[in-house]
Amino acid sequence: MSELTHLTIAAALDGLAAKKFSARELTEAHLAAMAKHKNLNAYITETPEIALKQADASDQRRAGGKAGALEGIPLGIKDLFCTEGVLTTAGSHILDGFRPTYESTVTRNLFDAGAVMLGKLNLDEFAMGSSNKTSYYGNVINPWKRRGDETDLVPGGSSGGSSAAVAARIAMAATGTDTGGSIRQPAALTGTVGIKPTYGRCSRWGIVAFASSLDQAGPIARSVEDCAIMLGAMSGHDPKDSTSVEMPVPDFRKALTGDIRGLKVGIPKEYRVDGMSQEIDALWARGAEWLKAQGAELREISLPHTKYALPTYYIIAPAEASSNLARYDGVRFGLRVPGNSLDEMYELTRAAGFGKEVKRRIMIGTYVLSAGYYDAYYLQAQRIRALILRDFTDAFKDVDVILTPSTPSAAFGFNENEGDPVQMYLQDVFTVTVNLAGLPGISVPAGLDANGLPLGLQLIGRAFDEETLLRSAQVLERAANFTALPAGV
Amino acid sequence: MNDMTNNKNLIEGRTGMWEMVLGLEVHAQVISKSKLFSGAATAFGAEPNTQVSLVDAAFPGMLPVINEVCIEQAVKTGLGLNAQINLRSVFDRKNYFYADLPAGYQISQYLDPIVGKGTIILDLPGGEHREVGITRLHLEQDAGKSLHDQHPSKTYVDLNRAGVALMEIVSEPDMRSSDEAAAYLKKLRSILRYLGTCDGNMDEGSMRCDVNVSVRKPGDGLGTRCEIKNVNSIRYVAQAIEYEARRQIEILEEGGSIKQETRLWDPGKGVTRSMRSKEHAHDYRYFPDPDLLPLNLDPKWVDGLKAGLPELPDAKRQRFIKEFGLSDYDAGVLVAEKESAAFYEAAAKGRDPKLTANWITSELFGKLNAAGLDITESPVSAAAVGELVGLISDNTISGRIAKDVFAEMFETGKGAAEIVEAKGLKQVLDTGAIDAEIDKVMAANVDKVAEYKAGKDKLLGFFVGQVMKAMGGKANPAMLNERLRAKLSA
Amino acid sequence: MSLDSKTVAHIATLARIRVPESDLPGLAQELTGIMAWIEQLNEVDTKGVQPMSGVLARDLPRRADVVNDGGNPDKVLANAPEPAHGFFTVPKVIE
Repeated sequence: MSELTHLTIAAALDGLAAKKFSARELTEAHLAAMAKHKNLNAYITETPEIALKQADASDQRRAGGKAGALEGIPLGIKDLFCTEGVLTTAGSHILDGFRPTYESTVTRNLFDAGAVMLGKLNLDEFAMGSSNKTSYYGNVINPWKRRGDETDLVPGGSSGGSSAAVAARIAMAATGTDTGGSIRQPAALTGTVGIKPTYGRCSRWGIVAFASSLDQAGPIARSVEDCAIMLGAMSGHDPKDSTSVEMPVPDFRKALTGDIRGLKVGIPKEYRVDGMSQEIDALWARGAEWLKAQGAELREISLPHTKYALPTYYIIAPAEASSNLARYDGVRFGLRVPGNSLDEMYELTRAAGFGKEVKRRIMIGTYVLSAGYYDAYYLQAQRIRALILRDFTDAFKDVDVILTPSTPSAAFGFNENEGDPVQMYLQDVFTVTVNLAGLPGISVPAGLDANGLPLGLQLIGRAFDEETLLRSAQVLERAANFTALPAGV
Repeated sequence: MNDMTNNKNLIEGRTGMWEMVLGLEVHAQVISKSKLFSGAATAFGAEPNTQVSLVDAAFPGMLPVINEVCIEQAVKTGLGLNAQINLRSVFDRKNYFYADLPAGYQISQYLDPIVGKGTIILDLPGGEHREVGITRLHLEQDAGKSLHDQHPSKTYVDLNRAGVALMEIVSEPDMRSSDEAAAYLKKLRSILRYLGTCDGNMDEGSMRCDVNVSVRKPGDGLGTRCEIKNVNSIRYVAQAIEYEARRQIEILEEGGSIKQETRLWDPGKGVTRSMRSKEHAHDYRYFPDPDLLPLNLDPKWVDGLKAGLPELPDAKRQRFIKEFGLSDYDAGVLVAEKESAAFYEAAAKGRDPKLTANWITSELFGKLNAAGLDITESPVSAAAVGELVGLISDNTISGRIAKDVFAEMFETGKGAAEIVEAKGLKQVLDTGAIDAEIDKVMAANVDKVAEYKAGKDKLLGFFVGQVMKAMGGKANPAMLNERLRAKLSA
Repeated sequence: MSLDSKTVAHIATLARIRVPESDLPGLAQELTGIMAWIEQLNEVDTKGVQPMSGVLARDLPRRADVVNDGGNPDKVLANAPEPAHGFFTVPKVIE
């Protein structure tokens, strides 16, 4: 039944509704595919028993005439979402054995909509990374390979398990989280679609926090329409999250009219960065032309503080993370390494429990908040963040969406971008501005590079205008007509 | 600050006089049903970890949502301290590691507290009043509780208290003696109780106090201060201050210098000692909590709270002086507790207000004290006290008899009139009856009558006593005196 | 801004992460590299710009004062490494 795993959510919902197959069959097909693609290491924990139980319950609901928006759809859940009774690791040793006694609001929403959980997806430790190399549970392998080259490539990060699983057809869609690009960059590197909604659209309650003012959940799926369906189910006001916004959730799928006549598309000149490949530049120009051909109007815009976004992010995100990760102390859950004193227990536990990149960021965050440096680093970064937001606010006076590349390169090998952490940080150069400004952004697969690897284009929308964003993304998607598949899938 | 120097507060050292400079940081637990940022209960004395939400225990992905009542309580308290209410305040994270601080940070307010500068008027022994500045009041989370004595090698942690709302109320370094510090705490507690924003119970830890102590030669700049933690009663605050000031003076007089540090009050030994767990300097890395937004208050809402504030002790004291003609002292004693002020007003309704005040502050408070009861537990109701005062005022009973009646009221809970009636204690106002008894006593003491007439005036007391005894104490004392004098001089 | 081993050791202590003495110089060099890259922020003129700690320009939502959580110590202690008698435990602390 491998064709079942190739369906989009929209097609699967139709098939389920038409009783062409059951949720159980759909789930079993995915479980079989998961067994075949274990080498990708996309899942940290597979939950076939839960999946089958949920699938059966879903079939019963459907038989009873009660079908939710995701009724019977098998999903992968990024292992940053707390799931009741199921091991939740955040890709870290420090959460050893942690089984939450609660369900995150987003996964609760998905299950309430009828979704089925196949398992918990691998990720960079605490969502810190752009390659999924920092997971305690090992690298995730991108199902895509360069033509004629068997070198394993990264699936992007931090939602690398999510992007690899969706690309490899071992989940119909997956949840991701995006703090600096962690949904859009892995989507771009795997030929999938990923949307980070506006900050406040999805509840953060029950998601292991990385950087609270930037973190936002969103889906990775195989089409813009599937993303719209997923996002609709994931979103909504949550009184348990003070930063969740009390706003009705639009019917995102309805927004996909295919009509972008008169849409004003901004092309920010500052995104033409040094060392950007000719291929990406050309793809970007092609994307603009596609939109223009559908009746959109192109406008060059300026986002003057773009170049400062990454270093700003590398102050704000580690600062918040250094505080958010203080709770991993060996007292109430997770790993404990014994010590002779309280401080020794803390220090040994945290030294053993956190990986290198997480430690590095905790150290940076601790440093920039410490006495004497707060004003120079943290406060300056907060001011520049305000300027970055102002850039966007000004730009959105003239345009409806902004088109940029998603990433500066296609997927890379595990040994590339090594050594200098800053090189790796540059992976998020196009995505991170969107988090700092709290805006929605989506990556759509737009073509293949010379090596046959997928490349993505990013659209950025106004705050809480995911509808326009999704509509333009779908037009882009149709024009790009990306149909390539990774080998072996 | 020199204007606050008061010579009687100076301490004598080997090298001359010293002055102490004191500032207090009070942590007052907000009266609310649930915690500052979670829906767990705040009740005192529950089984360990039974009043803990996963938010309080800082589980992954848990988020704070603020309790509206805690905001209201903080603003009310600010208004009660005549303080600036900040219409925009910010919650920050104060980062440090400790066993009873689950998140590794405390949500507090640092640069932008909800309440700014205010004042508090101290009522000092001797009837003096003095103003002390309030620097600020901010909302913050309480920590959990560490129990160090339950196991030989482990500390036990109970998070019931973790996340309970506290108001940290910081005074200016305006106090110069342990008496002033004690008066500050009493007055602050009184205001909090009037407002209903904190129960002020120091035994249960719902009001805790850290004291900043430094010493200097009068006229000098501020000395290096030490912060003394864990001082849980007003008596200990005074003791800790006296000890600490002496300790610092001794060090300075021996040519040493004071190390700025946190010290712990040891009530058993009556000393302060350096806190080991606070040895290394802290770097709290405050920053705005990204899980919360700035707190904006509607000025109209604040005005509404202000209009609804109860009458506070200073205003009540002034009113008691003006309306009832009480002395500043009596008024102060009565208003110190909201309940005693209410008791007084109820008792004084339609009665002689000064007489009522006397009976409450001397007789009733004396008996309550001896019995270890507070005013709310008084076996004698306010109405009953009023009734007794009425009986004295209309001469039904004498003040002397009233004391016995009151003792019985306190003992049995019976009403004053009932006791007077049952025991026939009504005062005798009939001159004929009094004269008859006087005649009998004079007839039986002819020799003493002669002595009196010879000039031994002091014997008047003897005759009063004899007649009173014969009349069971019921004679109206003024009348008896008057009649005796007349008859003895006749 | 150059971070020396001593500074890194201090940060590690603040963050309660044990770093072996031998790792300090390497870590110092790495962090210095990152901080040097971050230094470019100094060239931005931010005079008069209000620092922004979050993107939402909204009122802080408030909860009613009701008890609707807690009362479940088993849940609270379910993941604890060494619970005892309803308490969490840590190595003995001397105050």
